[in-house]
Amino acid sequence: MDAYDWQVIPNNLQFLMQGLFTTFQLALVAICGGLLLGILVGMARLSSVRVIYYPATAFVNVMRSLPLILVIFWFYFLVPLMAGRPMGDFFSACVAFVVFEAAYFAEIVRAGIQSISTGQEQAAYSTGFNYRDTMRYIIIPQALRKMVPSLLTQAVVVFQDTSLAYVIGLKEFLRSASIVDAREMRSVELYAFVGVVYFLICFTMSKLTKRLEVKRGHA
Amino acid sequence: MLSYNFNWSIIWTEPYGQWMLEGIWVTIRLGLICWFIALALGIIIGTFRVTPFRPLRVFGAAYTEIFRDIPLLVQLFFWYFAAPSILPKAIEMWLYRGLPNSEFWIVVVGLSVYTSSRIAEHIRAGMQSISQDQYHAALSTGFTHFQTYRFIIIPYAVRIMMPPLTAECLTVFKNTALAMTVGVLETTFMSQQIEAYTFQGIEATTAASLVYMGITLSVVLIMGFVERRLAVPGLITRTGGR
Repeated sequence: MDAYDWQVIPNNLQFLMQGLFTTFQLALVAICGGLLLGILVGMARLSSVRVIYYPATAFVNVMRSLPLILVIFWFYFLVPLMAGRPMGDFFSACVAFVVFEAAYFAEIVRAGIQSISTGQEQAAYSTGFNYRDTMRYIIIPQALRKMVPSLLTQAVVVFQDTSLAYVIGLKEFLRSASIVDAREMRSVELYAFVGVVYFLICFTMSKLTKRLEVKRGHA
Repeated sequence: MLSYNFNWSIIWTEPYGQWMLEGIWVTIRLGLICWFIALALGIIIGTFRVTPFRPLRVFGAAYTEIFRDIPLLVQLFFWYFAAPSILPKAIEMWLYRGLPNSEFWIVVVGLSVYTSSRIAEHIRAGMQSISQDQYHAALSTGFTHFQTYRFIIIPYAVRIMMPPLTAECLTVFKNTALAMTVGVLETTFMSQQIEAYTFQGIEATTAASLVYMGITLSVVLIMGFVERRLAVPGLITRTGGR
């Protein structure tokens, strides 16, 4: 390869942007779904009921000891079997990401809930709240507010992680670039472009997170 | 059409069992090599970030930001596909053509650099968490700058850094699975190859999962041992379950 030809980027911009859009979609599903499931699992991790505590703990520890790629493959095989019919790359990737990221979100949620003083909980109980209402109106809202920086950091990680959906052939951003590369043989330009786009998004996000953290710290 | 016949013996029949063992060996080798290179690089870069010399600080900050904010897979692809044509000719010849199983060493470069940027952050945080008073107290007792670091700051910082470094060590081993995308024959690659040959995807993936869980458990045990040996009573209070 002699000279660089950056023209390859604008020429295939639409295709690449479609990939980036898929990446965003997957990240959104993974973050929202992962957080919701993560809140449930995080609460279960703090449960005093053993049949709730042990499965949740096992789930978190197993997920956190597996590479994401393997989890993606897992659901790539399992989802069609459970559904009884092929469900497509995007769907099985979504399930894999929600389940995998839930384990990480759960640990953040657990730490967040633990950071709320037990006085709050006792006060709620003595005012006549039951467990559900205490969690729903007192603990979770405060805990979530405290967790925001860690949750945002994790969201950036999830966004980066979505690139692994590449392995099951999902046409996300990286896969789109590699498809274009196979045709145009412009590896340097394409992967540099992908890297720069990811960098700009993640850098901006983490800088905003840091600023938020500093603001919180002073408040 | 989508019913599934389990055949667990596939994991240890020839040649698949052999493949799995080879994959495990590559995973362990890759993880260990990357871990030690990343640790060395990370300590250097992390130290750059707390030096009083500004250019080094800026370099350290740029290094960590760049390698942390780009997904590892993109970085690996860059090293694998793009780097050969921008690196100097001599390095390219040596790394990409000269070496046997060059993919392995390309992943070593990519994964080490990526991990080192994350380790550097932990090192920096650990160093900065030591109160300035310790430093001033040491200097006023007559310690030199070097001695202060050698006897006061580093011994404390190392202990504070141990838990995050344990997590990072686990991450390295998990991240070696990404090497399959550039054709390194490690555990995940082998499990998927067994799937491709036998269609027994669940068994093969289960086997790979057990391997990673075993590696994770070993790392947690080893690092826990080191942590306990180094622990200063009362310095780090462990919180949370375990």
